[in-house]
Amino acid sequence: MHTAISESFTLEARGLGCIRDDRQLFSALDFTLRGGEALILEGRNGSGKTSLLRILCGIRLPDDGVLRWQGEDAHRLGAEFHQHIAYLGHRDGNKLDLTPLENLRIAQGLGRARADIGIEEALDRVGLYGFEDVPTRNLSAGQQRRVAIARLLITEAELWILDEPFTSLDRKGIEDVEGMFDQHLARGGMAVLTTHHRMNFEQGEVHRIDLSERLQ
Amino acid sequence: MKPSKLSLGSAFWLLLKRDLVLAMRRRSEFINPILFFILVCALFPLAIGSDPNLIRKIAPGVIWVAALLASLLTLDSLFRGDFEDGTLEQYVLSAHPVSILVIAKVIAHWLITGLPLILVAPLLGVLLSLPAGATGILVLTLALGTPVLSLIGSVGVALTVGLRRGGVLLSLLVLPLYVPVLIFATDAVNTAVTGIPVTAQLSIIGAMLFLALALAPLATAASLRVSLS
Repeated sequence: MHTAISESFTLEARGLGCIRDDRQLFSALDFTLRGGEALILEGRNGSGKTSLLRILCGIRLPDDGVLRWQGEDAHRLGAEFHQHIAYLGHRDGNKLDLTPLENLRIAQGLGRARADIGIEEALDRVGLYGFEDVPTRNLSAGQQRRVAIARLLITEAELWILDEPFTSLDRKGIEDVEGMFDQHLARGGMAVLTTHHRMNFEQGEVHRIDLSERLQ
Repeated sequence: MKPSKLSLGSAFWLLLKRDLVLAMRRRSEFINPILFFILVCALFPLAIGSDPNLIRKIAPGVIWVAALLASLLTLDSLFRGDFEDGTLEQYVLSAHPVSILVIAKVIAHWLITGLPLILVAPLLGVLLSLPAGATGILVLTLALGTPVLSLIGSVGVALTVGLRRGGVLLSLLVLPLYVPVLIFATDAVNTAVTGIPVTAQLSIIGAMLFLALALAPLATAASLRVSLS
């Protein structure tokens, strides 16, 4: 149904370490992620899950170690690396005074627009059909989260980096997003996420890292 | 089918247009500074009496200080909202160079907060009994100077946006850098009152504008990264 991602990509972490407020959150973290694979980060609150995600997408520099995209230092690649990732953080990243349609149009303009899924189809897929022109402020927290999730669909980002994507979603919403994951992995994409929800992946290879075990 | 990346120019327009649309939906944000500017300038003659010579003498300084403070008042809104709702992260992670997107945001911010100041300045010139020739120069200095204020300010805001109460720090960071603009601009208008040509002062403010245009976006982009991490 969806066009597959043509190239295969690899994300490699070698010896990643993070220090926050003079506390070593994790150190010597190694993993390799290829197309079709997902990485789920687990761990107690404050074990550094969000910090690790922010390092992986390049917002934060690692205090130790190196992150490689296609064998090259991701932080040095800059925008070249950023065009391959879609990041969904704690905060949705929507402008509340704009409609979902306007929000997604900007997201599309900032990344690489996907040829096979348009904005309206993406909104339909996250269950916001008919809400295109309602100011995002007037939507419920779950619906606002869905607008942010629709952003994943409209850009050609091979690597999804998601911080608690299921926050404020209802059961149906969670199922929808799981379906999106399966499709994303099936077409050769990759994903790194933190979640307290038990995920049921039908597709792809899933790695897990528990950061609490590394807490020092 | 290959994914299509929007050209840098279109992404620039998209962001510029977005900020203008947002401003139209929250009008109070850009009515506030202009109101402040007019009120300060209108209160001065009331406070110091009706001697037209005295008022004419202090008019350039009053108008410029009010414009500077009005622009300082609005600075924080440049990135604060985007920082709080997470859209700033999305820009920094976009497929385009952040420094170019920063220019789009600063231009939008200037159109919303700086341009209205320039438009009402002639009226305030009349109010403070500036001669017509000097009013023209006043408008020119504002047209060249307020973008410099926005550009320099963007670096300061980018550095302080991650702090919960960055307001005081922002003023301390940015005001010293505003001083040269203030000195040359008010000097130009004062000199114009006496009828002497002011091309030298205008050229210097113009040079500041180009210098700020070249350097500030790079510094702002780097500062945003620091603030986010």
